[in-house]
Amino acid sequence: MKITAIPDYCLGCGLCRIYCAAAHDGFQGNVLRAFKHGSPLPRINLINWQGLTYFNVCRHCQDAPCINACISGAMQRDENGRVYVDNSRCVSCYTCILVCPFGHPQVSRERPGILKCDLCRESNREPACLKHCPNEAIIWDEESGPTGSAKNKVHGE
Amino acid sequence: MALTMLAPVFKVEREESRCIKCGVCVQQCANEVHHLDNGWMWTNDEECVACQRCVSLCPAQALAIKEYPLSFRVNSHWTPATIREIYAQADSGGVLLAGMGNPRSYKSYFDHLLLNASQVTNPSIDPLREPMELNTSLGNKTGSSELSEKPLISLRLPIMFSAMSFGSVSLNVHKSLSRAAYAMGTLWNTGEGGLHPDLFSYKDNAVVQVASGRFGVHPAYLENSAVIEIKIGQGAKPGIGGHLPGAKVSEEVARTRMIPAWSDAISPAPHHDIYSIEDLAQLIETLKVATGYKKPIAVKVAAVHNISAIASGVVRAGADILAIDGFRGATGAAPMRIRDHVGIPIEIALAQVDSRLRDEGIRQQVSLVAAGGIRNSADVVKAIALGADAVYIATAALIALGCHLCQMCFTGKCNWGIATTRPDLSRRLNPEVGAKRAQNLLQAWEHEIKEIMGAMGINAIDSLRGNRLMLRGIGLGPEELKILGVKAAGEEG
Repeated sequence: MKITAIPDYCLGCGLCRIYCAAAHDGFQGNVLRAFKHGSPLPRINLINWQGLTYFNVCRHCQDAPCINACISGAMQRDENGRVYVDNSRCVSCYTCILVCPFGHPQVSRERPGILKCDLCRESNREPACLKHCPNEAIIWDEESGPTGSAKNKVHGE
Repeated sequence: MALTMLAPVFKVEREESRCIKCGVCVQQCANEVHHLDNGWMWTNDEECVACQRCVSLCPAQALAIKEYPLSFRVNSHWTPATIREIYAQADSGGVLLAGMGNPRSYKSYFDHLLLNASQVTNPSIDPLREPMELNTSLGNKTGSSELSEKPLISLRLPIMFSAMSFGSVSLNVHKSLSRAAYAMGTLWNTGEGGLHPDLFSYKDNAVVQVASGRFGVHPAYLENSAVIEIKIGQGAKPGIGGHLPGAKVSEEVARTRMIPAWSDAISPAPHHDIYSIEDLAQLIETLKVATGYKKPIAVKVAAVHNISAIASGVVRAGADILAIDGFRGATGAAPMRIRDHVGIPIEIALAQVDSRLRDEGIRQQVSLVAAGGIRNSADVVKAIALGADAVYIATAALIALGCHLCQMCFTGKCNWGIATTRPDLSRRLNPEVGAKRAQNLLQAWEHEIKEIMGAMGINAIDSLRGNRLMLRGIGLGPEELKILGVKAAGEEG
């Protein structure tokens, strides 16, 4: 279970990051409330370089290095296969950041805690980035689909 | 440079209480209107073309594009647009360019025609419960359908996508329209810019154009098509050739057109081998021979003053399909004065041509396709009742893909990824999305046409074709009614 962006149709507009930030931390998708009255933090990294874009988001690996490495048990997998972090148990050791082969988890402004994609499990809706991409460039990964389990690409399976 | 005297046409209004300084507008505007400097948002209104890209994408709904506040003393003869055009020409010394179709407030005859419906004396039909036939055949119908030399093309509905060349529009537009045409059992048109090899698989739905520049015409091009269309003229610029600026001729466009990259692609005003109906007949015959008499040959002309005589000649020259493009037809680039002042309305041309061909007894030899400013399914129905076999839509199709009619196609900086070949801009049109939207539009119009026909008590589009008794004119003078061949609202019959 993971999402990806089709590079041919990603505009690099960054709306995914804005809707991502507004979907988390209790802002419930309200962009204005999030950005005017809060300090929203996106879980997506989008790199725009010389007309190319790279949408860096969690792969929710089957054999996830971040879960294996987490020293406090904060990094977990839910019943749907989504890898998420329970910030109440996080101690900000940043081992997950160190071991992630894709460089996805980010240091959070709030400590302890890290930022990572949880496929909007809190709202239990379609991920905000996928829903709001103006060009439908963000899609469920073809191999896994919204209900399937991701193949472990990390260890070359 | 001295003062240009050109004031901005539009004003970008940003509601500071809503703006979150996310920078999406900055990233999306190819005209570089929006700027974000160290947390300070500012705009360069002069460059704004009101394409509404930033407004549509702004996640905080903080933006609005408005007409620049009145900058000239009110004058109904010297309008602000007129004054601005003079300033622009005094600056540049050049011909004014324009994109899309004639925007002026000429009378729209579609808006002066009303449709009939059944009441009591004949029953209306419910299209949800009874079959409704929109199937349309295009071609010369005088022969037996088994004879291959008079091939017919069958469409699921009488609406096709009109010609837009690769180069003037992005490849993703072609991909979107070809997929939608395939899904809906109708045709799309390559325009004069050749057929990209990626789209050979949509050949059964492709109309390929042979225009005065002969761009991209080769045996595989002619073979990979359903219909071959000779383009004589175009509604937006009758009598004028084409000019694709070198900046839009990317490597891929160049390969498809078989011309050098980054060089201007100029289509001459006339075909240099066509100076008479006899010459046209030769080209039609040549194309028929080249493709083994398997494909109908279409000829597209702009609606001009003596269109009925021209149409008669074109039919006698052997054209199987005659497409007439009215003065509202659009373009990627045309001289503004030509776009705005040359040609006649498609409604008038269509009625004239249909009557003339019937009078001469040659109407069955050709299918008439009406183009130029068809806005909705009611226009389609009216065009068919006036005598068209099918219609071409292009502006409506582009609007479905996201076009906001800013009319700046010729700049190549289309923020919607439509009229551009810049890779960073053309990727903004995902063909998956485009195909779905174009298909939705056709589906919606198909439903509406069935509803309208059902109300009239007609269950096959063939019974509507040229059935001008289904039309009544409103607010039209006797001469206009006579030319259109319709009765006035209130007249019985």
